[in-house]
Amino acid sequence: MKRSVITLLIVVVLTAALLYAAIFGIGTVVPGVRDGIVLGLDLVGGSEITYEAVVPEGISAEDLANGMNSAIAMLRQRLDALGYTEANAYLSGDRQIVVEIPAVSDPEEAVQKLGSTAVVTFEDADGKEWITGTDIEKAYYEYSATDESGVAQHHVTMNFTSEGRKTFTEATKAVANRTDGNNYLSICLDGEVISSPVVDPNLYSQTGIDSESAVITMGYNATAEDATYLANLISAGQLPFKLECVKLQGVGATLGERSLQTSLMAGLIGIVLVMLFMIIVYRVMGVISCIALTMYGALMAVLLSVFHLNLSLPGIAGIILTIGMAVDANVIIYERIKEELRTGKTLRYAIDSGYKGAIRAIIDANITTIIAGVVLWIFGSGTIVGFAQTLLIGVIVSMFVMLVVTKQLLHAAVGLKIRNPKAYCV
Amino acid sequence: MIEKMKNFSFTGNFKILSVIACAFVLVGLLGLILLPFGVQWFQFDIDFVGGTTMQYELRVPVTSEVTTDVAAIVEEVSGQAASSVTKAGDSGTQVVIKSRELDSETRDAIFDAVKEKYGLEMEDCMKSDYVSASVGKDLRDKAIKASLIAVALILVYITIRFEFRSGIAAIIALVHDLLVMLSMYILFRIPFNMNFIAAALTIFGYSINATIVVFDRIRENKKKEALKNRPFAEVVDISIHQTMSRSLNTTITTLVVMIMLLILGVSSIRNFAAPICVGVIAGCFSSICISGPVWNLLSSKKKKEN
Repeated sequence: MKRSVITLLIVVVLTAALLYAAIFGIGTVVPGVRDGIVLGLDLVGGSEITYEAVVPEGISAEDLANGMNSAIAMLRQRLDALGYTEANAYLSGDRQIVVEIPAVSDPEEAVQKLGSTAVVTFEDADGKEWITGTDIEKAYYEYSATDESGVAQHHVTMNFTSEGRKTFTEATKAVANRTDGNNYLSICLDGEVISSPVVDPNLYSQTGIDSESAVITMGYNATAEDATYLANLISAGQLPFKLECVKLQGVGATLGERSLQTSLMAGLIGIVLVMLFMIIVYRVMGVISCIALTMYGALMAVLLSVFHLNLSLPGIAGIILTIGMAVDANVIIYERIKEELRTGKTLRYAIDSGYKGAIRAIIDANITTIIAGVVLWIFGSGTIVGFAQTLLIGVIVSMFVMLVVTKQLLHAAVGLKIRNPKAYCV
Repeated sequence: MIEKMKNFSFTGNFKILSVIACAFVLVGLLGLILLPFGVQWFQFDIDFVGGTTMQYELRVPVTSEVTTDVAAIVEEVSGQAASSVTKAGDSGTQVVIKSRELDSETRDAIFDAVKEKYGLEMEDCMKSDYVSASVGKDLRDKAIKASLIAVALILVYITIRFEFRSGIAAIIALVHDLLVMLSMYILFRIPFNMNFIAAALTIFGYSINATIVVFDRIRENKKKEALKNRPFAEVVDISIHQTMSRSLNTTITTLVVMIMLLILGVSSIRNFAAPICVGVIAGCFSSICISGPVWNLLSSKKKKEN
């Protein structure tokens, strides 16, 4: 009796805590946890643009990989310049880049501006254009000492073409000789200044920098990422390929919001109806299912939030499917218990042997679903992956809740002297 | 009636049941068979074949006159006729334009022209989707590959846990469910896209799940003292009846949620929920009426050969 009360209490408190965390955020329960369910673009509105590199034949894998990194740096810079600070750009496969922009008002403008050929220029303080992207053969990140001090630092090294070398010598000489103090050359992408390295007047006012390669240092505080990013941006001026938009998925904010609201509403009403059905058919066991389902739902919300999974429409579909499977596990067990009760067994015995009889079928069924989920996660693409993720997490969570928690609750119910078989089956 | 149901022999009446199953499967099967011969019954969406879909909020009731006007704008701006211009939205004030691949500038120009004609704002562009043909083919191939790997692995698992003949019976039930879904896609002209893959996989898991529950009971009953010497057909029938209420109750609970999505959801959700509803019902039917009797049929054939 006492144990049953404790079990019941633990489950109820746990469920309440999970529910609270799911609704108000985990940060309010466990301090320091950054949480929040990331909603997919189809639910908040936004555009997903996929660019593919139109690669000339015979390009080496290394050139392609470097070019793609440059292209991503260029796209990020442009996204910032266009004000899409929450946008995201990443490599997909070896020659595709996916750009995700939430709440974009004019997707076509974004497609055109982001994908256009990059114009990299080196300008002086008066805006005179000295060097263009084609003058630079290569720009890359290095970590080594750049002066006599011998202290290594992260920096960018540029190799010039023979034409570029001449122009660069002229440019640095002119800049070093300026008397207004603006002894710098600005590196610009599409006319936006990215960085303005200074040309030391004491060293170069006579000769300019006359070398096959030049070094841009960024101070000793600069990180490898900073230098790599700058090198990639400078390289964007001579990408070995063009970017072509091969896919665009844009959902307006209103449609996204409606999708989210209606799916949540449908899910909620659906769950309530399922709970009613379970209580009518399975009585006390149905009530236990309801507690378990609530716990399951809250646990899913918390997990999605902690893992920052991108929740999109197919993901919601996956969750709804796992709710069905969670209920199914209960139905299988309860039907077994009912069968045992009909043959006149005691409640405690019926519960134990009901679980024993049902567990194999439940595990076999769930493992097949897990196999499908894993394969789709690994081999699928785009929306399929979101579906697979929520399906997989949902199946595992539901197995735990339905097998462990409901069993404890059933025993607790028996312990609380709810022993009339009529309370368990129709 | 209930008494009669309780004694209904699924193995004995397999002929009638299989005729019913074939009737529902027919359209989908024909659609698949005819596909390589150029007969196109499926509404392939741009996900799989490439193309453009745009959805605009026009703020006026979309009549056939409006769709004709919009179609004319599309043709004028892009130089090619749209594949379709249809009414959409809850209050029927939106249009969905589908066409072949159009580049970003052309899509922009079409929206500008429509925007000007109907006095729209920028946010009235509800949706603008574009997939190039090569990417469409890529997505489709990847999805098919992933599904086939999943199917193969699940079959291996079932064969290990049960026996090969039951694996075959499970596949037959599964193929039945998927073909019923395909029939549904053809008959109701549901766009055939990535959502289909998600729906098909859902039904795939569901169908296998339902079949396993029945097979698990058959496996268990076969070993029971009381049933050991009975014919296999009888064991199958008993097992199906024992798992009947589970099969029905699970179907009901899953359907309840899916029907809510069907009623309340936006069109992309509805296009996902409708085939799943059909698949769930088909899965319920096949797990009760097909998978067990087929296993019995395969077993008895083997015995006769011996």
